[in-house]
Amino acid sequence: MDPKRKKDCHDSGESTRVASTFPDEVLERVLALVKSHKDRSSVSLVCKDWYDAERWSRTHVFIGNCYSVSPEIVVRRFPNVRSVTLKGKPRFSDFNLVPPNWGADIRCWLVVFAAKYRCLEELRLKRMTVSDESLEFLALSFPNFKALSLHSCDGFSTDGLAAIATHCKNLTELNIQENDIYDKSGCWLSCFPENFTSLEVLNFAYLNNDVNFEALERLVSRCKSLNVLKVNKNITLEQLQRLLICAPKLTELGTGSFLPELTDRQYSELKRSFSICSNLNVLSGLSEATALYLPALYPACTNLTFLNLSDAALQSEEFAKLLVHCPRLRRLWVLDTVEDKGLEAVGSNCPLLEELRVFPSDPYEEGIVHGVTESGFIAVSYGCRRLHYVLYFCRQMTNAAVETIVQNCPDFTHFRLCIMTPCQPDYRTNEPMDKAFCAVVKTCTKLRRLAVSGLLTDMTFEYIGKYAKNLETLSVAFAGSSDWGMQCVLGGCRKLRKLEIRDCPFGNAALLSGFEKYESMRSLWMSDCKVTMNGCRFLAKEMPRLNVEVMKEDGSDDSQADKVYVYRSVAGPRRDAPPFVLTL
Amino acid sequence: MSIPLEHNYIGLTETSSMERSSDKLSSSTSSTLSSEDGKTSALNLKQTELRLGLPGSESPERNSGPGVSLFGKELEDKNNGYSPSPLKNLVSGAKRGFSDAIDGSDKWVFSLSNGSEADLFSPGGGNGGKPSTQYSCLSATPNMKEAASVPQSPKPLQEKKPQVPAANEQGSAPAAKAQVVGWPPIRSFRKNTMTSNLAKNSDAEGKTGFGCLYVKVSMDGAPYLRKVDLKIYNNYVEISSALEKMFSCFTIGQCSSHGLPGRDGLNESRLKDLLHGSEYVLTYEDKDGDWMLVGDVPWEMFTNSCRRLRIMKGSEAIGLAPRAMEKCKSRS
Repeated sequence: MDPKRKKDCHDSGESTRVASTFPDEVLERVLALVKSHKDRSSVSLVCKDWYDAERWSRTHVFIGNCYSVSPEIVVRRFPNVRSVTLKGKPRFSDFNLVPPNWGADIRCWLVVFAAKYRCLEELRLKRMTVSDESLEFLALSFPNFKALSLHSCDGFSTDGLAAIATHCKNLTELNIQENDIYDKSGCWLSCFPENFTSLEVLNFAYLNNDVNFEALERLVSRCKSLNVLKVNKNITLEQLQRLLICAPKLTELGTGSFLPELTDRQYSELKRSFSICSNLNVLSGLSEATALYLPALYPACTNLTFLNLSDAALQSEEFAKLLVHCPRLRRLWVLDTVEDKGLEAVGSNCPLLEELRVFPSDPYEEGIVHGVTESGFIAVSYGCRRLHYVLYFCRQMTNAAVETIVQNCPDFTHFRLCIMTPCQPDYRTNEPMDKAFCAVVKTCTKLRRLAVSGLLTDMTFEYIGKYAKNLETLSVAFAGSSDWGMQCVLGGCRKLRKLEIRDCPFGNAALLSGFEKYESMRSLWMSDCKVTMNGCRFLAKEMPRLNVEVMKEDGSDDSQADKVYVYRSVAGPRRDAPPFVLTL
Repeated sequence: MSIPLEHNYIGLTETSSMERSSDKLSSSTSSTLSSEDGKTSALNLKQTELRLGLPGSESPERNSGPGVSLFGKELEDKNNGYSPSPLKNLVSGAKRGFSDAIDGSDKWVFSLSNGSEADLFSPGGGNGGKPSTQYSCLSATPNMKEAASVPQSPKPLQEKKPQVPAANEQGSAPAAKAQVVGWPPIRSFRKNTMTSNLAKNSDAEGKTGFGCLYVKVSMDGAPYLRKVDLKIYNNYVEISSALEKMFSCFTIGQCSSHGLPGRDGLNESRLKDLLHGSEYVLTYEDKDGDWMLVGDVPWEMFTNSCRRLRIMKGSEAIGLAPRAMEKCKSRS
């Protein structure tokens, strides 16, 4: 492809006249400052000149669904990209609803990038399949490669990481987050060459094997720009303390195990090390932490804006004491072991809180279950009026509680409530939870993401369709009464981009009511609903620019379309679909 | 898989699959997804049959008026309050594809004989046009007021996932206690974290041990405590013998009073008598701060949750000791 741009002369009158007085180089310079993808999309639609200027100046491309476009199309349109973000599998693959080997392999992308994006620096992947060979290929193909972030990916082992560590001389970021990988050993860390100093971000919190601690210590010491370090649980407190001495400028820290097993002297050294870390904004890890050693953290918490305790099963008391020291907290992730009492402490101590995620410590009720209830949530809403993002797993909820909550916090942009037993009604009134979500969508006009749960009728979806005008992502499970529900959503939510549904009584009529809508959406997922194969075939036939894929389950009726995944694509049907994915 | 039968939705098929008797309606929709081999293809038919009637027309054997039903169910007029009019719209303003069908017959009955899918949108009948969106109104599933309504009760895990009831005011689903695939929506790495935190999963998948796990051991009446590394033991027997060796100096006196031979140290069986017998009871404090009797839970779970050990005098452990004796006996 000819790297020199040809100025496209076209005869669209005025736009040409205006554009030709504005040198392209200037336009490109200006556009280079436009970062947001949405803005860039808008820019590209203004006129041909702007489209060209935009495509030449774009350095970062975000592809929300790797099958919506082909690598060839991407490189053709954007010749100067240095940073790529790719997302692959549908989100419900996180919950084992997508069989393995579904696809989303990065390999074909890397091959094309290696040819066209020699200067590629960053690759951020989510829910993609990445093999060790791909990682090695990546490490060898891009001499300037700097940042690799793998989130919820699968298919590789620590050997692939070793290849990255060995060959990427300019690596600044290695972020291995929550992946399903074959963790062979911790040797990969020792593969960083001794003269390698550029690392700024290192996250291996979710790898399970021991790394060579001395190698890690040396690595941390010589990488003077390191500001994010998240180690795995095998790193002991004593080792952590040594690392902190090497890297006092850390802004983000993920500790290893916080198991209290230090001597007194070691403990005071730990305290001292934490007190030097005055730049910490983000703290995570803390597995096995108990009340005993948490006070060591207090001095480091003054500037904390994000505290991730989802690996630490804290009880309410020690949690409350910790929170006193975190006045600037804006994001908080906890386990429900802190219970309602702990959440009351959140309300009392964290007035700046914007995001709260409460995860269940015992989702399958294997033990004596306490967890959190609606009271905890209410308490937070009274104390944290700026709350706009919530993910809340609980076992009981009432409509009244949610109404109160959204009255206190009307600015919700993300409201994800998971009442863990499917189809559970309001436990006090025994009514469906319709009123709760009706209140949410009516009151929270800025709502962009919603996940519903509990016993819900079509009324919820009527309200969603009617009021949730900014809604972009909707997750539905075990809800609704009829096709009408889904139709309301498809008809009413103008900005809907992602719709994921499981186990709901929505059938072909609902599916097909969204005919035109799906082209303006990223994707639709429907599993275990009432959609049939013929309905899907019809959709596929009518809408050629949609990919309609069905996965059937063993033993299901031939006519049922068990799992349906519909998404828009300019790349046509998948060529790499495994046998269990039927493309219609 | 049965041979797909030719079907069209313009006319009836010969075989009067019009067995739309109400008894069919009573079968559970969930059986569509079930693997009940006892039922025949007729069941499939029942479940997937779709009947489409125009306002004012009567589909054969249909008592109520208009409406479409998916899965062989009838659409009640008062269902969601929009039954006939959308159909009218459809008739008058329908796009080409369906108006052809409408012109073609005054009954859009569309059904299948056996096995294959009875589906509104069969390609066999479709013309090029897109259906209008009003079309979507046709297929509302009946509300629960119907007696034999669409019950989708959660099924046990063997069917891979429970079918959960379509919710509405009337029906409240029995809570699905059986585990549903992918529910609650928690990432699997998080599950591993939680289970290891709660020490519920003694397999400890994905969790590797720490280098050592020192816990304090106290013994009632002893002047000082000891520390042991739980990681170096593999079972209760080993730790018991180690503890008795450690604390033997405090127990010599008692041993003799038991009349046990005091030669060459305390051996294993004596240790049990000592630690689990009437004289002493071995207890531990777990993560929650409760004092528990050693020996109840699997070893892994114990090491995960044990914070300190205490060798308690039997006289104090009045409630525990007898049980300990029984346990000791049942184990040996």
